[in-house]
Amino acid sequence: MALLTLSSPHTHGSNRTSRIMLTVALATLPGLFALSWFFGYGTLINVILAIATALASEALVLKARKYPVSFFLKDNTALVTGLLLGLALPPLAPWWITVLATSFAVVFAKQLYGGMGNNPFNPAMVGYALVLISFPVQMTTNWAMSFQVSGTELISITDTLKVIFTGAKELTDAYTGATPLDEYKHLISKETSDQLLQRDTFSGWLNGGWEWVNLAFLAGGLFLMIKRIITWHIPVSMLLALALCSLVFGWDEDLYTPLSLHLLSGATMLGAFFIATDPVSASTTPRGKLIYGAGIGIFLYIIRTWGAYPDAIAFAVLLMNFAAPFIDAYTQPRTYGHDKPRRGLKPGDKS
Amino acid sequence: MTHLIQLHEFDGGIHPPENKLQSTGRGIKKPPMPNELVLPIHQHIGAPADPVVAVGDTVLKGQTIAQPHGYVSAPLHAPTSGTVIAIEDRVVPHASGLTELSIVIKPDRQDSWIEHQSLCAELGLDDCDDIPADALIARIRDCGIAGMGGAGFPTAVKLNTGKYTIDTLILNGAECEPYITADDMLMRERAVGIIRGAQILLQILKAERCLIGVEDNKPEAIAALEAALLELHEEHHIDVVTIPTKYPSGGEKQLIQILTGKEVPSGGIPAQVGIVCQNVGTALAIAEAVDEGKPLISRITTVTGDTIVDKGNWDVLLGTPVSHLLKASGYQAPGKRKIFSNKKPTRIIMGGPMMGFALPTTELPVVKTTNCILAPTNKELPANDIAMACIRCGMCADACPADLLPQQLYWFSKAEELDKAEQHNLFDCIECGACSYVCPSEIPLVQYYRHSKGAIREERATYQKAEQARERFEARIARQEREQAEKDAKRKARAEAAAKAQEAKKSAAPTNSAADKASISTSTVQAATNSADLEKLQKQLTGAQAALVKTKEKLEAAQNDPDQADKVALFEGALAKTQDKIKKIAIDMAAAKKAAKTSTTEAGVSDKGDPNSPERLKKKWDTAHARLETASKRLTEAQEQGLDTVELLTQGLEKQKARVEEAKAAYEAVSSSTKNSSVAEVSTDDLNKENANDELNRKIRAQQDRVAKANERLEMAKAEGLDTVDALTKAHTKQLEKLAGLEAQLTPAGEA
Amino acid sequence: MSTIIIAVVVLSVLALVFGALLGFASVRFKVEGNPIVDQINDVLPQTQCGQCGYPGCKPYAEAIAGGEKINKCPPGGEGTIQSLADLLGVEPEPLDAEHGAEKAVPTVAYIREDECIGCTKCIQACPVDAILGAAKQMHTVIVDECTGCDLCVEPCPVDCIDMIPVGVDRNNWYWQAPKTGAALIATDRQPSASTLVAEEHV
Repeated sequence: MALLTLSSPHTHGSNRTSRIMLTVALATLPGLFALSWFFGYGTLINVILAIATALASEALVLKARKYPVSFFLKDNTALVTGLLLGLALPPLAPWWITVLATSFAVVFAKQLYGGMGNNPFNPAMVGYALVLISFPVQMTTNWAMSFQVSGTELISITDTLKVIFTGAKELTDAYTGATPLDEYKHLISKETSDQLLQRDTFSGWLNGGWEWVNLAFLAGGLFLMIKRIITWHIPVSMLLALALCSLVFGWDEDLYTPLSLHLLSGATMLGAFFIATDPVSASTTPRGKLIYGAGIGIFLYIIRTWGAYPDAIAFAVLLMNFAAPFIDAYTQPRTYGHDKPRRGLKPGDKS
Repeated sequence: MTHLIQLHEFDGGIHPPENKLQSTGRGIKKPPMPNELVLPIHQHIGAPADPVVAVGDTVLKGQTIAQPHGYVSAPLHAPTSGTVIAIEDRVVPHASGLTELSIVIKPDRQDSWIEHQSLCAELGLDDCDDIPADALIARIRDCGIAGMGGAGFPTAVKLNTGKYTIDTLILNGAECEPYITADDMLMRERAVGIIRGAQILLQILKAERCLIGVEDNKPEAIAALEAALLELHEEHHIDVVTIPTKYPSGGEKQLIQILTGKEVPSGGIPAQVGIVCQNVGTALAIAEAVDEGKPLISRITTVTGDTIVDKGNWDVLLGTPVSHLLKASGYQAPGKRKIFSNKKPTRIIMGGPMMGFALPTTELPVVKTTNCILAPTNKELPANDIAMACIRCGMCADACPADLLPQQLYWFSKAEELDKAEQHNLFDCIECGACSYVCPSEIPLVQYYRHSKGAIREERATYQKAEQARERFEARIARQEREQAEKDAKRKARAEAAAKAQEAKKSAAPTNSAADKASISTSTVQAATNSADLEKLQKQLTGAQAALVKTKEKLEAAQNDPDQADKVALFEGALAKTQDKIKKIAIDMAAAKKAAKTSTTEAGVSDKGDPNSPERLKKKWDTAHARLETASKRLTEAQEQGLDTVELLTQGLEKQKARVEEAKAAYEAVSSSTKNSSVAEVSTDDLNKENANDELNRKIRAQQDRVAKANERLEMAKAEGLDTVDALTKAHTKQLEKLAGLEAQLTPAGEA
Repeated sequence: MSTIIIAVVVLSVLALVFGALLGFASVRFKVEGNPIVDQINDVLPQTQCGQCGYPGCKPYAEAIAGGEKINKCPPGGEGTIQSLADLLGVEPEPLDAEHGAEKAVPTVAYIREDECIGCTKCIQACPVDAILGAAKQMHTVIVDECTGCDLCVEPCPVDCIDMIPVGVDRNNWYWQAPKTGAALIATDRQPSASTLVAEEHV
């Protein structure tokens, strides 16, 4: 009989990376459903396209790196990257934007840094930022209108495919419109808040369906928290920081976007629960997570309010990705039996 | 429970499936006596014990078979009576699978005890509460008790708390590891003994209270302990505290935190916060040692896992082979039951699934720390899958009971950045395995930490050794320098002494060495005397000059210092006197020099016709030497050509050498006097030359010795017909050449 | 004109202020460091074997500080070269074979005591005084002090000194680092089939 000698522990809990990633994917389903419900099939097609691209480019790079392809594809991280990008991109974005963003995310932002676990930046957001900067027109105008806004029927699946793959101009113009955040930001200097909120964009309960999309992502996020896959620190601190900034600077609704829109429009909840919480590029210590989340909230508010872009999840997250290692170094917990926690590097330390 | 204990919580921790019920179904049983007992001499933390029995000895049950080596060590006792059949290296139950010296006993199945009695009886005390703590600790040490919870630290050492006052004794009955029920069953069946052990420990430590921490998944054990408390009327001093079940609450540090809220300082011991923590099994062993005189020769071990039919606890003699225990428990190797399952090797784990180690073989003995033998099937405890990359999910940090950042430690360990790992408190890791348990990527984190810890320890040891080597090297260099300095000083002293002796000889040689100063001026006095006197004068001159300088200094000081103004005149007087003296000496010297010159010229003149004049002698020596050279040259030629004149020539050479010696001796005798006269001419300078000459002469003598030796060897070689003749001849020639060179040097030196 | 003057003045003032600041900082926050020779010496393995051509580690450290190559220390091997390269900020070079090869395992000297004739030659050769003995008396090595430098082997007239590898025991054994997942798969191996397996029959 052969005996195995391995280091303890000899037993293992039921957590598995691949399963965690699947759960994350599962938790986005309410949001995906809400997006499709209000804005048509665009997001769904984007998601499928992005996932396919992500898996394909991941497989290609793994092959090139002479890594076992199936083993690493099974960890489902490429799937989640593609999924999140698909959810974040404008529903009627041309196909090549999705493909470009996703392949860049997987190849450059993830694999070139060493693959899973080694990327300093959130790959999905790197891909998003790339296309946002490179193709601002497509990225700001191709937001599908919610059926509540257009007041007509939802864009059909054939039209959606046409828009995405052929870029049919008339169709695109017919079905797209500015996002609520964009509209509020640009028109508040001309109109009062009350006037603005009478516009079609803000029809429905709050802003033409975006509130439901955000609530759906919130629900998915809470599910992840219950499943103990994410901790409360980052979403809570991020949303609190955003709300606080909004209350302090933007209390005047005739000048700045109100709190309700900040929280329930754009990609706020998707960002708070699914993007900012990406463990690889986020801060890892409990207090560090609070700082990290708060930083994202603050940057989000600053860029949304005074920056050039109506939404800013990608930039806020990437900016805090830069700071994460530094935050970690200064927020280490106090180890059992020590009087004080360690802070950063000491003078004698080798860097 | 009579006191209300405020419980605290430790951070992190996990709740793995307990799997304890399987092995609590039946009471503790004794396995049959095995055919041999293997007792490694190193079953505890500290130095291995020294065997005190020999192969072939018969031993009685409880007899000491190995004595502790040093303070942190523990003795070993025979678990049964029998014969020592071997003292040899055997594989020990350790993760390394290495061998260590073990005493092997073949039981005689009589199981006859050595004489033993309670400590109370041994000391002849009426009241057993009067036993001094020292005697109790000594008894615990003699009985070889070492921590039975798993670490195996010698209990007696732990109880010597030294300067720390202990207020709380904690008995650890938490037993948080899955599967293990040894302490549980012990508490159920032998609660009175445990409480008795607690009493003894309280007596030793003079602690105010004792807390027995038991996880709430052991209600029977808690009830048994409560009953025992009432029975021994200890309900006021000892509390059984029920703590929530969470792994690793049975870790010493964690249990202390739960029960008292105190943290043991990093790198410190619980005594620093006034606490001593002992396992319940250890407490029982202490009670048996003190009350019955029973050394630690057996322990309770759980044998469990799905491959075991009779899962349960055994009262096992130390040294019982694991295979024997497995057989007694009805172990069924998984391969025998299913056709395909023997492809994958299984594990047999000593200890629990979280912190135990997988055994390399089952031919290993049960030791003092063996609380469990776990033989699971692969389905029950599958081995970890291939590790995936860390995704920094932070679950490990949430599970860590020491509040470390396991993933950071993992990154550092993986990259071998050991200093950073150390800075992130790697050594506060208790290797509980909670991080590995929760890791979704199934990374063997604990193995990384163990590796890093080992590497750091090795690095430290290497550094320390290097440091030590450097110190020793530097000490050696310093010593060599000191020795060299001493040697130099000695040589100098010897040289000086020799020079002095020579001078003394020289000055003593002339009959009228006592010639007074007046006679110096007379030209007829011998040169030797002259030179000696001259030297004396020179010395006087130097002394006087030194005095002059000193006086001048003093004078200056006096002039500058108003306090010494009255002394100025005095110093001036002294100065004048010294100056006078110097003048006088100078005059004397001049006279002496003149005299010396005349005497030298006279000597030079009188040299003619004198056969013993240095020049002649020198010439003679030179000639002799030249002959020697020719002789040796011829010898060489003869040797080279293999002529039979070699012997003759060698003899001639010897003769020549003797002549050279003679000539040289004669020359030296004369030249010394010559030199002295030359000394008179230029005073001190020449002393050096003389020294040089002496040196040369010495060298020459040494060289001549060498030549002689070379010759001797040469002859011997020739006599024996060795083929080294050529080489020796060459060496001989070389030596001769050297001699000639030296002599050539001497000539100019001697003439100068 | 005045703008130029203002610019010059402002820049000069700035230069002065920052210069003063830097000067203050360099004094106030000065990092006390070991002299470089000591730092180098700390990195060297202190075997004092002299294989580098210098009579000990300190002299070699001094030589390195003076510009000598860092690849002349066989006992330290690649590790020491790497540390030296890191310390001095130079490119690591492969070990100079001229000075000997790196030992695979650390060794210590062992004197076969019944063969020892007590000539003291090894005692004189030992750079760290790790050999105990007197003339005509049997010598022995203090294992804990031996650096494994081999210097005693050559002078021994009866060849009674062996360099034996330092064994692994329970005190210095430790776990190997686990193989990474990718490495395991890349070699088509499962952990169960790796070297961790021991064969045994019950």
